[in-house]
Amino acid sequence: MSLRQHTSQEFEAELDAVRQRIFEMGRHVDHVLESVGKALLESDCELGNRIILGDDETDSMELEIDHLCLEILARRQPVAGDLRLLTSALKLVVDLERIGDLGVSIAGRVVELGRESPLIPYEDLLRMMTTAREMLTEALEALKGQDVARAGRVIDKDEVVDAYYSQIFNDVLGRMRESPENIFRATRVQAISKYIERIGDHAANVAERVIFIVTGEDIRHFSRMSRSDFS
Amino acid sequence: MESPEPSPTSHETTSKETSAPARSEVSLHPAASIPAKKTAPAGSPKLEIRGLNFFYGKYKALHDIDLDIHDRQITAFIGPSGCGKSTLLRALNRIYELYPGQRATGKIMLGGRNLLDRTDDVNLLRAKVGMVFQKPTPFPMSVQDNISFGVHLYERLSRPDMEARVQWALEKAALWNEVKDKLRQDGTALSGGQQQRLCIARAVAVKPDILLLDEPASALDPISTQKIEQLITELKRDYTIAIVTHNMQQAARVSDYTAFMYLGHLVEFGDTKTLFTRPAQQQTEEYITGRFG
Repeated sequence: MSLRQHTSQEFEAELDAVRQRIFEMGRHVDHVLESVGKALLESDCELGNRIILGDDETDSMELEIDHLCLEILARRQPVAGDLRLLTSALKLVVDLERIGDLGVSIAGRVVELGRESPLIPYEDLLRMMTTAREMLTEALEALKGQDVARAGRVIDKDEVVDAYYSQIFNDVLGRMRESPENIFRATRVQAISKYIERIGDHAANVAERVIFIVTGEDIRHFSRMSRSDFS
Repeated sequence: MESPEPSPTSHETTSKETSAPARSEVSLHPAASIPAKKTAPAGSPKLEIRGLNFFYGKYKALHDIDLDIHDRQITAFIGPSGCGKSTLLRALNRIYELYPGQRATGKIMLGGRNLLDRTDDVNLLRAKVGMVFQKPTPFPMSVQDNISFGVHLYERLSRPDMEARVQWALEKAALWNEVKDKLRQDGTALSGGQQQRLCIARAVAVKPDILLLDEPASALDPISTQKIEQLITELKRDYTIAIVTHNMQQAARVSDYTAFMYLGHLVEFGDTKTLFTRPAQQQTEEYITGRFG
């Protein structure tokens, strides 16, 4: 439903500022993931190190949104949709911050791998990363458009990322069985794929929060229980 | 619609038993026929409003209201000015009958009887359904007489019993400790917050089934408001309470159920937690989030 504007334009502007900061943070962590993919594909340790050093920016964005929400909660005592937006924003930025952290963790593994030749084609990891990034982008677009159906599709897409992870995990497990010399690279690749799988989970969390913001329905846990993790 | 301010003769509230003798044990006026308070489980419907319409002359101010007010729960009425919330409250004890040209149709059922049935004694009704107004309205008499005035209308109590009743009512209104040494002092000399609690004590003194509170804290400072809210919450143990408030945070804080009204219609009624976090109607959402009203 499309609500009319608040009588208080200042309040309206404050809520809009929260939304814009979330989109800004979302774009920032997506840029981190894009850079990480590039660093992985090109075995670019220098870029990997820059990503690691740049994590402070994600953290400061999280803090800024936190403070903004707390200030509005204290001053405006919001209810209904406004309350759901602000309380969800406080949780949503944790997911975004964790996605940023996972990007940094991937960068750490890229640096460790250095110039080692790829154990498996990195394109597989990049396809997985692309899917996870699409989930994040779609979740934020769903927030922008208050689009529950779009958010639902993001949650469904997590299964695709999980399937990539299973495939890559089995692949590297086989490589480790083939030769102990592969273990160093295999554990790094496995870790990277696990990080990407977790990025998908956090993007799905964002989508779940979008559904709560729009409808007030809290589908956390329920949507996941019906999926492969529990089947 | 601004609530009328009662005079000492307008039956602001009325009677019931005390911690001392039960009503049935004392010699009473006609109010003796009031049945003892039922002990239905808290939360079951106490007042059942069905098809309620209200008219100021030809102007229809309430449209076909259906609503249950639950026993020993707090029901808040919210909505922009002119939405009919005070009108609805005033219908519940027929105080509108003091004004010519005002009338209500439909049913307001309490204990199997329609309160709108004009064959019932309106004074007995107001003994069951007490009311406290926006502006503190202590009578220009002592604190003690403010309390005993209404009781005298319905019960003949001995002096010790009356003193016990006064103390009981003031304790119920969380005012006893502040006024026990100034019972002979004029009630109008108390602070605004104390005056309002005195009015609540006056309402409680006659032991109504239902308390109607029309913006009881809107003229008070924040601390006095908190005391009134705390008091309302405590009174819920014994009384069914309906409160009209413009302060939505207050409705959210104190009530169990909330009714949102607009242009004389009941737009949404539900438990307060749900209404303030996940309202079903867009109009409710827009009002409580400050988008209109």
